[in-house]
Order: sequence, then C-alpha cells, then structure tokens
Amino acid sequence: MTRMGFFTDTSVCIGCKACEVACKEWNAIPDDGFDLLGTSLDNTGELGASTWRHVAFIEQPSRPVVDLGMPSLARLPDGSISPASASVAPVDAEHTGERADFRWLMESDVCKHCTHAACLDVCPTGSLFRTEFGTVVVQDDICNGCGYCVPACPFGVIDRREGEPATVKNAGIAQKCTLCYDRLGEGLEPACATACPTQSIQYGDVDELRERAQKRVDALHADGVHDARLYGESTHDGIGGLGAFFLLLDEPEVYGMPPDPVACTSLAPEMWKAAGIAALGLLAGAVAAFSGSRR
Amino acid sequence: MTVPGHQELRVAEAPMKRGGGLRRKSKVAGGKRRDEHQMVPDATFTSYYGRPVVKASPWKADIPAYLFMGGVAGGSSLLAAGADLTDRPELCRVARVGALMALVGSLGALVHDLGRPSRFMHMLRVFKPTSPMSVGTWLVSAYAPFAGLAVASELMPTWLRRTRLGGLIDATATPAGVVAAVIAPTVAAYTAVLLSDTATPTWHDARGQLPTVFVGSAASAAGGLGMLGPVREAGPARRMAVGGALVELVAAHRMEHAMGLTGEPLSEGTAGRLMQASRALTVAGTVGTLVLGRRRTGAAASGLALLAGSALLRFGIFEAGQASARDPRFTIVPQRERLDARARQEAATRDVLRG
Repeated sequence: MTRMGFFTDTSVCIGCKACEVACKEWNAIPDDGFDLLGTSLDNTGELGASTWRHVAFIEQPSRPVVDLGMPSLARLPDGSISPASASVAPVDAEHTGERADFRWLMESDVCKHCTHAACLDVCPTGSLFRTEFGTVVVQDDICNGCGYCVPACPFGVIDRREGEPATVKNAGIAQKCTLCYDRLGEGLEPACATACPTQSIQYGDVDELRERAQKRVDALHADGVHDARLYGESTHDGIGGLGAFFLLLDEPEVYGMPPDPVACTSLAPEMWKAAGIAALGLLAGAVAAFSGSRR
Repeated sequence: MTVPGHQELRVAEAPMKRGGGLRRKSKVAGGKRRDEHQMVPDATFTSYYGRPVVKASPWKADIPAYLFMGGVAGGSSLLAAGADLTDRPELCRVARVGALMALVGSLGALVHDLGRPSRFMHMLRVFKPTSPMSVGTWLVSAYAPFAGLAVASELMPTWLRRTRLGGLIDATATPAGVVAAVIAPTVAAYTAVLLSDTATPTWHDARGQLPTVFVGSAASAAGGLGMLGPVREAGPARRMAVGGALVELVAAHRMEHAMGLTGEPLSEGTAGRLMQASRALTVAGTVGTLVLGRRRTGAAASGLALLAGSALLRFGIFEAGQASARDPRFTIVPQRERLDARARQEAATRDVLRG
C-alpha cells in the first residue's frame, strides 16, 4: 500500500475553518470549550485531544511586493516602524493607504503522521500503530491512558481527553487525528480535505504530494513570493519526513510549529547506555557500602 | 521579535510579548546569582501567541512519587540483600519491608495515574523495547515477585513459620533477595530514561546526567531508610546514604550547568524551590549522617531528611520539565539556534568549495 498523507498549502488557505468543523462532525469529537482567546480570529488555540484540525491565524506587517533592495520604512498604526518585507497578496500601489500594510497568514494544522513517530515508539500498550496507509492511529480500546505519547510528540499534537468516561466519549485516553482511517478504507478522502473549499488541504499519495508541493513552491518563487517554503517534506529531517507536510509563508514557529523537530526516541540508545552505566554504578556502590567489616 | 539571522518584526507575537529580551533572573541558596546565565544568549524568539509548541505531560504528582518510590525500592533491595549476606538481620528487615512498601506505593501511583486504571494490564500485552514505559513495566514486573518473596519471610506470622511452607519461604528469601537486588538497579535507573525520552525540553536535555542523579538519589533515600533501623547494623546504610547523596548533589549540579537554556527551569519557580529544598535537606541529611549517624535520633532525623531530599528532587525535576514544556522559548530557541548553526556551517562549506 502506498503511504497516504496531506499536503497543506497555506498560501491558499482562507481561514474558513471548514476543516475544523468537518473533522469534528465526522469523527464525533466532543467540544473543546467555547473560549474567546482574545488574540486573533483563532479561538481554537491549538491541536489537542478534541481538536484534530486547528486553523492558525496570524496578522503581520507586510512588505512591498517588489523589493528593490533599498531601505524602506513604513509606519504601523501604532506608530512603530515596520522593517521592509515582502507580501503575498500585495495591494496595488494606488490603494496603499493606512490599512494596506499588513498580511494575514492562515494555516490548517494537523497531526503530522511522522515517519519516525515518537508517540508510536513510546506507547507501552501497542495502542498507537502504523496503518496500511502509513498513518499513525490510536486504537481506542487498547489505550490505557498512560499519557506517555503526550510529552513525546515533538509537535504537541496528541493529548489525553479530559472528562468522565461515563459522559465523554473516549475520556481518559489519548486522542488525535486518524487521517480519517475509517473513510480511507472505503475509498473516501479525509473529511477535512473533502470540506476544504480552496484545496489548501490536499490528500493523496505522499510521494506524489511531495512533487506537487515542489512545483507549487517553485511557482510561488517565480511569482515573487520568496517567503514560500516547504515544511516537513524532506526525508532528511529529524522525523524522517512528515506524512502531513506544509507550504508555509513564514518560519514554522510563527505558526506554532517547531523549527527543527527531532523524534526524541532517536536518542534512546544513548539514554539507555547512560542508564545502564548508572545502574551498574549503583550496584557497585552498594557492594562498596558492605565491603569492610565496620558496622 | 527577532531571532538571530531573522531581523523581522513579528506581529504574531505582539498580543502577548514573550521572550523579547526579558531575561528572568533567579536566585539560588545563599543569594548567589546564577552567573552561567551570561553564557546563554538572549532568548528572543518568535512563537504563536506565546503558546507552547510541545504539550506538557498530563501526569500529576503520581509520577514523581512513582519515580521516588521506585528509587527507594531499588536501593532498599540492594541494601537488604547486602545485609542478608553479611548477617545483619535487623537492617535486612528494615530494608526488605521498606522495599515492599515503596513497591506497593509506586505500583499504586502508576495505576492511579492512568486515564483508564482498569486497563493497567494492557501494559503487559506487548513488550516494546522502544518504549521506556513498557521496558520499565516489565522490569518492575520481574522485580516485584522476588522482592515480595524476599520480604515474605520477614512478615510471616509465627504459626506459618512453623509449617513446611513457612520453611520453604524462609529458604527462598535469600536467593529471591539476591535476584531482586540484581534487577533493582535497573528499576532505580530506568525512570531517568522514562523522562528523557520525550520532547519535554528540560527532561530531554538532561538525558546524559539524569540516570546518575536518579541512582544517587535512590541510594541516598534507601540509605536514609535503612538508618531508621537499629544503629549498630546501619553502617552500610550510612555509607550508602552519604555516597548516594554526594553523587546526587554533584551530578545534579553538573547536569544543570551543562544544559544551558533548558537547565533554567530547574532553578526557577516551583521547580526551583523544590530543587533548593531538596538540596538543603540532602546536604543536612549527609552532614547529620556523618556527625550524628551513630546516635538513634540523629540517624533517624538524618535518614528522614535524606528521604525527603530525594523525594523533592524527583518533584523538582518533574516540575521543571512541565514548566519547560509550557514555555515555547525552551522548545523554539534551541532548535532555531541549531538550524542557524547548520545554515552557517553549510554556507562556510560552500565558500570553501568555491575556493
């Protein structure tokens, strides 16, 4: 079976959150609180046990579309000075007035379905497993809620669902995106990709998506969008490549993603070696404590 | 907000200023300033509204308590076996009973911490070498029956002791205790890997020294426990306590200072206070052991101080990790520095190739 995944092209995301809603509906995910976060149009905040798609929203000062390499300064509404930067959706010169000097970044975040998935590695029950589609899925009836996968994930995706098991579905166990495992088996696309109105979320064979993503980033660069970059498409990163990767318009940390993620479990041999030496040291220390006849 | 090499204003940061050159100052015992902070570059960085990148573990006090009791159990089984083989029956009894209590307590904490405690046995449906929790569960599962068998002879009622079964239990106590003692060091040490094998910045970056800190802490606590028994047989317990405490103090100091930015949470906030209290108790317990260790009350007070110091160390390291996961600075800044260093390296290599 070929590996299936997502290519999320944030350059065409309009922040409609149809993916969040479709995911909630299809997977019957309980609510995650109804908080107004007071920071932006994003009131979801982050991925979690009951949020498997999360649309990030960032407002930034933009840059003039053609950078002539000359120093330029612009005033922001608050009177501070904005350094020169490039824009994705520039406003025509004659329309650049008080309100034009910003850009909105929107990105639909999701479980990355890592090649080297730390959550899967550290799961002590075998609940997390690799499916025939190359995705990483929790088996709800196996997970005992130990919570080890939560701090293991380098992206802060998976979490343990709060609540009483009697009233909240799958409360007490780890939950995250399944890449709609139940839909894939029936030949359907994941709910979020199906609902996305701009094809920002594209589902498919990961190799084919990587080629498509490379073409897209090349086209954007040719159009002068030099900020465009791929995140997680390389198989040479600390994760061995992401099954769900992204085209971003700024550094990953701007979107709340780690700039250089590494699967913690890749360093496990060195940790076990240190622990083994320490254990032998303790044994030797205990023997030493009993050597000599002094009471 | 700027990061080295990325001189751009980050408005995404604006609603919640974080990092932003605001360096946190911390004090340690005696009001000494942490001068090594001068070595750490200003942690200015970009994040998504100051939100964490990685998630803090959902674990509560159960887990640091489990780490502590696992250490006490491991250390006590070593002490018990040594006492048994060197004919110190009273020390052996204290250590065996201590190991059992710590073992029962740690298993209780482990089960209680699960989101679905009724599914604890699912831990035993697979053996996964890639999961420190799976490895640890199996180590404890191998250790527990032997530790239990070793202590059974101590707890037998007199009527049972007279039966053939009682005789059998008595006869197996020593070999079972030796087997438990052979597994015990791994029970005390593996918990360091349990914490380090995560994306939690402070735990992960502590990986080199943490096992040494934990076994030192285990020896200190188990020695302290052994000192609660009769003084005349407690010589090995005192030596174990002092040796363990010194290893713990030195290794924890080295660990914190080798870590750089991600070592900061160990000296800040709740974690910092716990670590400071742990240090004070461990130092007091060590000095008390050396000075008053041969007197009944002095030994008991010193032993309790060492036990408390060991427990607080686990809580401090646990809390420091939780704090490091909640603050995106500790995830983003080291990764950004790594990326920038790699980019500089690649640029330099290109320049060399071009001649």
